[in-house]
Amino acid sequence: MAKKNHITTTLNGVTTEFLCESRQTLLEVLRDELHLTGTKEGCGTGDCGACSVVFDGRIACSCLVLAVEAEDRTIATIEGMADGDTLHPLQRKFLEHAALQCGICTPGILVAAKALLERKPDANQADIRLALAGNLCRCTGYDKIIRAVVDAAEEMRES
Amino acid sequence: MSDNDKEATFRVIGTRPLRHDGIDKVTGRALYGADHSLPGMLHGCVLRSPHAHARILGIDTSAAEAYPGVHAVLIGADLPAAEDRTRALGEGTSNAKHLSDNILAKDKVLYDGHAVAAVAASSAAIAEEALALIDVRYEELPSVLDVRAALAKDAEILHDELRTKGIEGDSGPTNLASVIEFSGGDLDAGFAAATVIVEREFETAMVHQGYIEPHNALAKVDADGQTTLWCSTQGSFDIRQLCTKVLQMPLSQLKVVPAEIGGGFGGKTTVYLEPLAILLAQRTGLPVKMVMSRNEVLRASGPTSGSVIRLRMGADAEGRIVAADARLDYEAGAFPGSPVLMGAVVLFTPYALDNFRIIGRDIVVNRPRTAAYRAPGGTNAAFASETLIDELAEKLGIDPIEMRLRNAAKEGTAAPWGPRMKRIGCVELLESVREHEHYASPLGTPEAKRRRGRGFAAGGWGNAGLQSSAILSLNGDGTASLVTGSPDIGGTRTSCAMIAAEELGLTAEQVRPSVADTDSIGHTDVTGGSRVTMATGLAVFEAAQDLKRQLRERAAKMWESPESEIRFHEGAAVRDDGEKLTLAQLAAKTGRTGGPVVGRATVNANRANGPSFAGFLCDIEIDPETGKIEILRATVFQDAGRAIHPAYVEGQMQGGSVQGIGWALGEEYVYDEGGHLANASFLDYRIPTALDLPMIEPVILEVPNPAHPLGVRGVGEASIVPPPAAIANALAAATGVRIATLPLSPPRVFAALEKNPS
Repeated sequence: MAKKNHITTTLNGVTTEFLCESRQTLLEVLRDELHLTGTKEGCGTGDCGACSVVFDGRIACSCLVLAVEAEDRTIATIEGMADGDTLHPLQRKFLEHAALQCGICTPGILVAAKALLERKPDANQADIRLALAGNLCRCTGYDKIIRAVVDAAEEMRES
Repeated sequence: MSDNDKEATFRVIGTRPLRHDGIDKVTGRALYGADHSLPGMLHGCVLRSPHAHARILGIDTSAAEAYPGVHAVLIGADLPAAEDRTRALGEGTSNAKHLSDNILAKDKVLYDGHAVAAVAASSAAIAEEALALIDVRYEELPSVLDVRAALAKDAEILHDELRTKGIEGDSGPTNLASVIEFSGGDLDAGFAAATVIVEREFETAMVHQGYIEPHNALAKVDADGQTTLWCSTQGSFDIRQLCTKVLQMPLSQLKVVPAEIGGGFGGKTTVYLEPLAILLAQRTGLPVKMVMSRNEVLRASGPTSGSVIRLRMGADAEGRIVAADARLDYEAGAFPGSPVLMGAVVLFTPYALDNFRIIGRDIVVNRPRTAAYRAPGGTNAAFASETLIDELAEKLGIDPIEMRLRNAAKEGTAAPWGPRMKRIGCVELLESVREHEHYASPLGTPEAKRRRGRGFAAGGWGNAGLQSSAILSLNGDGTASLVTGSPDIGGTRTSCAMIAAEELGLTAEQVRPSVADTDSIGHTDVTGGSRVTMATGLAVFEAAQDLKRQLRERAAKMWESPESEIRFHEGAAVRDDGEKLTLAQLAAKTGRTGGPVVGRATVNANRANGPSFAGFLCDIEIDPETGKIEILRATVFQDAGRAIHPAYVEGQMQGGSVQGIGWALGEEYVYDEGGHLANASFLDYRIPTALDLPMIEPVILEVPNPAHPLGVRGVGEASIVPPPAAIANALAAATGVRIATLPLSPPRVFAALEKNPS
């Protein structure tokens, strides 16, 4: 078996160390080694967005990132989105708008939507549809997701 | 008795409480199948056929078995011999031999991706490396990839023993698994009376449910053989039955724990990995986890049938349909069992017909074994019937909604498959479309060369009743815990909790719902057939009545009054003189009045089932230079009977509509000439994205289901039925070109417009 790499990274604001094989993806390490299973695998080929994380400030499919690339980087996953028991406005609006059915795409969509609103607080419906085009949802038809993000953006701008 | 007057206003039903599992699902804490792990667990992987059709001459697993880290290797011969007999199961039927042969091929592989061997190893990477060491010798055979090829003279036969069911005499070896027929009236006289007759041959492509979560299984076998299986499934009891059938275990030896499920749409009602994980765990004595890749999901789970439908319809000058003659040929995939029967049912569900003949044929082809997909068989059929009705209306100069209203099924209408309709909402649905602002709104002006059109189609779906169980326990503080066996795929645990809350005078939040494993609740059929809120909701309703009966007894004891003077009203036992004992007061005293109070009910909900009708109205814009269709506006109408949680009813309507849009515009299984699936990824099998769609406006109608105490009708499926026909009708309105083949993908639309320039 290949020798493992010792990686030090900042994960959800906390300095985190892990061992990984060179071939392992960031998604595998998040889920199987660090037990952060909120990041989901829908395809493993970067086509569905269920594994979206923020990697050094940019949205990335963690299934397409090698875990060794995480050295000295900052990573944000769904587990770091709420502030303790206080949900992020996007999380709250997803519940209020019933923007999830099965919920498997929800973590990735929340992570992607948060990144969008941080970059573009005045995002309109078209911006949101474009930003979320890489996150597949098969249950909702996206209608309630778009409404939830629009509503959250509005609330975040007001506060 | 229930304090529920049907006309009464509800406190909880019809409101939009937050779902009980919501916080876990927006914070990443909810555990789906693949999120479960056990200490010391092995990882299993499956070797799949690279051929569409081949005889297996031999398998050498010795190198894989010797590979460091490998614990076990399975091939088809490791599965017990199974009975070749078809039995009813849940929503459909199941043949144990076909099921077993699909899980691991025995003598032949029947499609690209057919499972041939399975490996358990200390890591998924090692298991995958070991797969490459398994030597399978194949003798390739010609393949038949569609229904026409499968029925051609001298076609290659998939199953030597298969004979056609539903015909007289012996068919001899064939790929035609069965033929069904509904007929009534006098077809020739009907066509003779027609003013207009239209006829087309329709084709629809095989499509996949496209749930985002791949299939998964984690199995653990204790030293005494007691087995636990965690998996994402729509029906834990069905999975228990299928696994124990394939592995020939007693039912009681297997406990199935339904994990949170990441979409199913019918596709997670059968087994693929589950029996392999159990068998590998038995062989190794260690827990075994298996998860499909997306490539495996697309190649080897159960999509729904592609089809060829020939339909001829005639109408008189008043727009009454006087005759309809249909033949539906559905791909079953590699084993018999397409939803052609349901297609034959859905074809004319919204209409009253006197003269008709509907023939359905179930045909095996070298493609994956099909599984249920939301209103199985219905979307294919309605694409044909709703297109021709639109065409008849056009030729007769009758408004398409008016045309449908003149033929609409109503209470007492005899359905083509036999029974008479109870109170249904088909007429109300069509009227609501006609009255909706969208129907008469201006289409607007497109950019130069582009064209716009509006189209409508209707669809009906009978829904399923089936069996459910519910346990409702009163807690010491007056709140309640609700246990059901229905995996929650779209918010049903909340709708069930709302029914309990309504009956008990609690808030939705005061009822804590959970979905139990197969050891912890009575038998409950699949989350399918749009049945959970209707059927499991009925069990919950009855469990609440049981609980209230017991609470009246307890109140009678506490008051030392006869039960006849006590009724249960708005969360309290009330005596005729106005004295009250609240739920909390009753709950605090249960230890002294006879012990815990638990309401329970089991139901066969077939008696309470009622069909639902949906309509889809859309405005589209076509770019003739690319053939691309854009949906500008979409409104979906559906009769929910009673919308328990309207946001989740809307969600079903929107989600079903968008799956129908995907089916209409782009989704299709593409096979190369050798029978290999050419688009087995989400990049190439493209489901609609947020960028492809407008908002989907939902219009809920409530024509109560008279068979259900709360009037509920299942709402999960009907909305997928109309969109392909509605979009094709909009295309015809915009361009004058009718395309009878799905998907209406840009190359197909472009070619059709080039051929028929307007």
